[in-house]
Amino acid sequence: MSGSVLYDAPGPRTRRIERIASIGVAILLLAVLAWVFKGMVDRGLFDSRWEVFSDPPKGQSAADVWRSLLVVGLGATLRAAATAAPLAFALAIILAVLRTSRLRLVSGLATAVIELLRGLPVLLMMFFGQLALGLTAFEAVIFGLVLYNAAIVAEIIRAGLAALPKGQVEAGTAVGLTRWQTLRIVQLPQVLRLMLPSLISQFVVLLKDTSLGFIVGYQELLRMMQLNYSFFGDQYRFPLFVVVLSIYLIVNFTLTRVAIIVDRRLAERGQRADKLDPNAVVAVPHNIGRDQSASAP
Amino acid sequence: MDSVIEALPRFWDGFTTTLFLAVVSGVLSLVFGTILATFRVSPLKSLRIVGATIVEIGRNTPLTLVFIFFVFILPSMGYILPLGRVPAIIALTVYTSAFVCEAVRSGINSVSVGQAEAARAIGLGSTQTLSLVVLPQALRTVVPPLINVLIALTKNTSVAAGFAVVELTATGRGLARDYPADVLWMLLGVAFFYLLITIPAGTLAGYIERKVVFSR
Repeated sequence: MSGSVLYDAPGPRTRRIERIASIGVAILLLAVLAWVFKGMVDRGLFDSRWEVFSDPPKGQSAADVWRSLLVVGLGATLRAAATAAPLAFALAIILAVLRTSRLRLVSGLATAVIELLRGLPVLLMMFFGQLALGLTAFEAVIFGLVLYNAAIVAEIIRAGLAALPKGQVEAGTAVGLTRWQTLRIVQLPQVLRLMLPSLISQFVVLLKDTSLGFIVGYQELLRMMQLNYSFFGDQYRFPLFVVVLSIYLIVNFTLTRVAIIVDRRLAERGQRADKLDPNAVVAVPHNIGRDQSASAP
Repeated sequence: MDSVIEALPRFWDGFTTTLFLAVVSGVLSLVFGTILATFRVSPLKSLRIVGATIVEIGRNTPLTLVFIFFVFILPSMGYILPLGRVPAIIALTVYTSAFVCEAVRSGINSVSVGQAEAARAIGLGSTQTLSLVVLPQALRTVVPPLINVLIALTKNTSVAAGFAVVELTATGRGLARDYPADVLWMLLGVAFFYLLITIPAGTLAGYIERKVVFSR
């Protein structure tokens, strides 16, 4: 591994040793994996129970099972995410703009709201919507997701505003735009493009958080999985879990892939924010702008 | 408002349970996350692949699904775990380790290669390079994101409320049921206890970050 800060560039002898050790470790790991797999086979985890996806019992058809997971379950998950994301985004822009307000009271209030929302669990906000405001399960899920993600995205946008070169605002002022016009015409379009990769990563977080609907009683993918195994029987828990996990991984990997591609496109055009930690749960880009000149080609 | 005072012992129980979950799984995920990070920066390619696979799966799986696995799926496979806190701690640790790993790894990667080259150029050995030049810089960068990961973990302990652990959020749900007239106050009380942990921790992270900031 050349170019590492931890090791010297390896010579031919070290490289040979590394290759042998690497293969040794790989064999060891495969042995462990095979042992685990064998244990699972011995417990009968790979028997006919997988037929639930091709020829399920109790008079159901394979199409019924797949429809309940992909159309009803994944559909409800995506619907919650697709409803919450634009609302959260709109609220985030409002919060971010208010936070940069010149009025101390307004910016202080916006800061307090953002800090408050960032410091609370999403699940608590969902319960708040459900128990204190009397919302339905779906509305409560949306309520929690919107409030929490608005605070996070507001921080992302604020970091983007701070990362823009000062000259942009000055140019806007120089051609006679008001502060609001500068924000709308000059700053925000650049910031949103700059922050698109972080925004997509945050959307993955939001999508994952829709699964909290399972706890507040919203019928999303996980609940549909549970309904399926309660209907078919306990031996079907494992196969259903594997399939649901795969669905989540496929959807999230695709989105992450899109974020990486967008990031690379932006880098090629020389418009990229300093590399942010893309998937951190608390996606607050602290170090933005510090390295701005270094990432521009 | 009186009922909030009446319910204070229950708030306190919930708070200590949340704190217990956060501290135990926090320590465990720091250990496992660091081990994973050493996998990811190891010179052995097979270890790097294993580390990357575990982290990518961990980061893209919803925490609720991890909980479901340890509470509902694993027992049905014949691997019985005790109920309550144990599966909650395991699930939180498994999930958080992936994020700790990424924070540690990005800290190590943030030290530029030139630093190590300079250290070698003035004749430091590999141990000295690591302990005198690379690690001091990496640690400074890694502490604020690690605190943020631990804050997220504290908030994530709330998911245990859905799986038979009576921590703060579950306490809030129970109190809302028992005192229907004061739902708002009960939930605000729960929120207060969360903020008691998360806001000081966030302030600390920001303070350390400003304190250790240095130009590269």
